Amino acid sequence: MLNIIWFTLMMSGLIVAFATGHVAQVTNGLWDGAKSGVEVAIGLVSIITFWLGIMKIAESARLIEGLSKLVKPIAKWLFPSVPESHPAMGAIIANMSANLLGLGNAATPLGLKAMEELQKLNPTKDMASDAMCTLLALNTASLTIIPATMIGLRAEFHSKNPADIVLPTLLATAIATTAAIILDRFYRHRHQVNHPCKGYAK
Amino acid sequence: MIAEVSSFALPLSLAMILVVAVIRKVPLYETFVLGAKDGFQTAINLIPNLIGMMVAVSVFRSSGALNLVIHALSPVFHFLRFPPELLSIALLRPISGASSLALVTDLFKHHGPDSLLGKIASTMQGSTDTTLYVLTVYFGSIGIKNPRYAVKVGLWSDLISVIASVFAVYLIIGK
Repeated sequence: MLNIIWFTLMMSGLIVAFATGHVAQVTNGLWDGAKSGVEVAIGLVSIITFWLGIMKIAESARLIEGLSKLVKPIAKWLFPSVPESHPAMGAIIANMSANLLGLGNAATPLGLKAMEELQKLNPTKDMASDAMCTLLALNTASLTIIPATMIGLRAEFHSKNPADIVLPTLLATAIATTAAIILDRFYRHRHQVNHPCKGYAK
Repeated sequence: MIAEVSSFALPLSLAMILVVAVIRKVPLYETFVLGAKDGFQTAINLIPNLIGMMVAVSVFRSSGALNLVIHALSPVFHFLRFPPELLSIALLRPISGASSLALVTDLFKHHGPDSLLGKIASTMQGSTDTTLYVLTVYFGSIGIKNPRYAVKVGLWSDLISVIASVFAVYLIIGK
């Protein structure tokens, strides 16, 4: 996918440049692009380093465990096919809590652990179960509380108020997460209706 | 008022994390340094992806090809009230987070982070995760070959996230 996009961007740019005589601009554009790639990455070192440090503190302060009690009833509703006492449920709850706190780095290993446990409950090992699809939907929508990288990038470009996107981001991500949950339910239902005898993990 | 809520969010979470950590007797500074030591590497790891994509975008823009596309599509987008400059970010976001970050940077350079476009782009970039990456890592780790409807759900919610970002910025920050 990325191969096609990259090729299309480059080639159509080069063709237009040849056709319109903008060859010199394109040559400059090439070096400008490469240079700003490095500048952006270096500029983000500060905020990413700081935020990773803070996130480690949040993780060590057992904030994930603290949120689990609140998340548990939601998780039970979202994953009706997972037995409450199964280790998969624990990992799912931890993954959801970490996502809620914006602890992306902690959320991924917890999510992978949850997938591993869900695979034990899955009768068709190379086909995703309902619960796996739900977990994936939650993680791709990933409810974001503090968009730290974007705040950092905006500050780097001298924004007057780099953080003023926090509220819009929260609203947009909440809408998208709700949509992901509804879509997941919708498709889960439809797939059961369409293929009632395929025996998916319920 | 709303702008203040936004600016308070980060310092407030910071205060909350620190207070809870102190109460739970976390060795604050050591833990901070331990977590922060990966920061440099994480940012540096973005470089190959950022350069690859920023060069392509820069070629596409400086040749005039971007303007041609925006010009051709603008009646459609005008009708939908969706800024055409944001189309490429919206399309690339679910595929590669670092690549769409490169596009957001390019947009900041030309329109500024505080322009309406800059704010919508920030919100679009910040409010969702890279669907195809999450899909690959999560299902790849346990050998799932048939993702069933998970791809559809992921991509549809990305589309909703894009629309919601435009909507949220108009609603909260306004023009």
